[in-house]
Amino acid sequence: MTGRTLYDKLWDSHLVKQNTDGSSLIYIDRHVLHEVTSPQAFEGLRLAGRRPWRLDTNIATPDHNISTDKSERAAGVAGMVDEVSRIQVQTLDDNCDFYGIKEFKINEMGQGIVHVMGPELGATMPGMTVVCGDSHTATHGALACLAHGIGTSEVEHVLATQCLVAKKMKNMRVTVNGQLGTGVTPKDVVLAIIGKIGTAGGNEHAIEFAGSVFRDMSIEGRMTVCNMAIEAGARVGMVAVDQKTIDYCEGRQFVPKGEMFQRAASYWQTLVSDADAVFDTEVVLHGDEIAPQVTWGTSPEMVAPVTASVPTLAEQPSEEKRKGLARALEYMGLEGGQSIQSIAVDRVFIGSCTNSRIEDMRAAAAVAKGRSVASTVKQVLVVPGSQMVKAQAEAEGLHEIFIAAGMDWREPGCSMCLAMNADKLGAGEHCASTSNRNFEGRQGNGGRTHLMSPAMAAAAAVAGHIVDVRTLMGENH
Amino acid sequence: MKAFTVHRGLVGPMDRANVDTDMIIPKQFLKSIKRSGFGPNLFDELRYHDEGQPGADCSQRPIKADFPLNLPRYQGASILLARKNFGCGSSREHAPWALEDYGFNALIAPSYADIFYNNCFKNGLLPVNLSEEQVETLFQEMAEKEGYQLSIDLPSQTVTTDSGHVFHFELDEFRKECLLNGLDEIGLTLKEADAIKQYETQRAQQHPWVFGAIK
Repeated sequence: MTGRTLYDKLWDSHLVKQNTDGSSLIYIDRHVLHEVTSPQAFEGLRLAGRRPWRLDTNIATPDHNISTDKSERAAGVAGMVDEVSRIQVQTLDDNCDFYGIKEFKINEMGQGIVHVMGPELGATMPGMTVVCGDSHTATHGALACLAHGIGTSEVEHVLATQCLVAKKMKNMRVTVNGQLGTGVTPKDVVLAIIGKIGTAGGNEHAIEFAGSVFRDMSIEGRMTVCNMAIEAGARVGMVAVDQKTIDYCEGRQFVPKGEMFQRAASYWQTLVSDADAVFDTEVVLHGDEIAPQVTWGTSPEMVAPVTASVPTLAEQPSEEKRKGLARALEYMGLEGGQSIQSIAVDRVFIGSCTNSRIEDMRAAAAVAKGRSVASTVKQVLVVPGSQMVKAQAEAEGLHEIFIAAGMDWREPGCSMCLAMNADKLGAGEHCASTSNRNFEGRQGNGGRTHLMSPAMAAAAAVAGHIVDVRTLMGENH
Repeated sequence: MKAFTVHRGLVGPMDRANVDTDMIIPKQFLKSIKRSGFGPNLFDELRYHDEGQPGADCSQRPIKADFPLNLPRYQGASILLARKNFGCGSSREHAPWALEDYGFNALIAPSYADIFYNNCFKNGLLPVNLSEEQVETLFQEMAEKEGYQLSIDLPSQTVTTDSGHVFHFELDEFRKECLLNGLDEIGLTLKEADAIKQYETQRAQQHPWVFGAIK
């Protein structure tokens, strides 16, 4: 018998029933809920006269459309200025209270972006199936979970049955060997992967990230990588368990203690792909060749090293590519052949489920320390991913560095990643952003997003334009 | 759920690759706690000159006259012809809700993003997969003929053109059954309640830390 991949093992251990029509019933261990994709699911549950199958599996928090402004947040849900958003957050509170679902409410310690909150509380643990009505749920795969986003109908399905009807995906392994250079971060690695395989490259696959670069990476860094698996088309991204995974989990709020922890940890150690496991698709990159990455277009695959230039129409191999590039350049207000570092930025956003963890805050602060935001930059938002990240950053004095540099230190939430609250770009504005999507209008109608790492975004804030952070680190490039 | 068997209708175009769910239904409309009413805001930024607001009346808003679905010839379209990787991006089910509410019963494209594809079936919306060449043929025929219609037959898994092409498409058996019969998937899964409970009992012995932690 050939060996099994990590994905095969996670799938097999959650299989409730294999149906004859090719579908399977898969058991869900952890269900994370937020205000935007759950109200219709709760309504459906009520209309059908059903109740949640289990309560101790669900964990909820508001994140997508809450304000990050300190004074507005101080008044809680009742103080939310946007009436439509207030009703949605109130509806989450009401639904959780009604059914008895554990919720970390708007200003409670523990609240945060769903994919920051789950791992940091130990609500997600290795070997679990984790779902949430949000496509960035793959983040939790950094802990060797089988984690993916679902739609609202499936949110209702999981609430009612604790299962999903699913079809097994194909296995893909993305191996990044070697070592990353100075100033090159997990965000640069995942952007380089998306640049290589494209936004549909992982469709119908579960991706396992393997190789020395991921072994050397922190758990927070692995979360950044798994988070953006969906931007490569894969619903699932995972990294196998190692000692770092087990050390990360130990002592967190919902993780077992004592003998039970030892028992869990010994099981978690089996959550690696067997040496003879076969993957349907293999992709290999070399870490030493990856430079800091920046997106210049309107899809995450429109990405280039910071040292490069915007592509030209003449370089495109097909009419379809030319059309796509022309449309993207027009939307972004860029010329083919223009150097990436010549792009001026109007606003900077440091945050999102991709890059709002403590080490992201530290990386941005290391660049901001002793420097000031360029006079041409209108706003720099620094939005910690959770109340716990905020508290930790403040204990380390990072907020004072940001404030001294002229940046805004905000309350935890999704913020300008998707601009459902007041944090948004104006039409035509360029933004250096640590988020995950540069789609048209994503950060505000007509806004122009450039995805990059927290260190690169902080560097753009002080330079006033996109810049190679390595030049600020005293390196000679 | 609404069933889908056969459908004949007017075809409308969305002629670009990688259409993302932010484009299909922009984020400000996700604040709604309802499932319906998203149709007037489908492709909002491509359709209108101004920025749409949830709950606002769209009938008086300035439309972008050159956006294809705004052209008189495509009014009443019920089949959307699109390019590869349609529906990439977020998991928002508001995307199929908006397409369905606008009046689309089926989509035809060379490929779809996984979560979007899955969400369509929960809403009686059939996403048909044809090859890039077949989709190109349909785009050409549509451009040449005003009032261009197609027939989609789910039982036989075919798309038929008036010019005589019959294109076969693939889809999973369980998805086909649910759509053909408009089945309540939750009701079906609950018929397996004993199997689910049996799994939980066995799992609670093996991995007890998965249960009872959150309260």
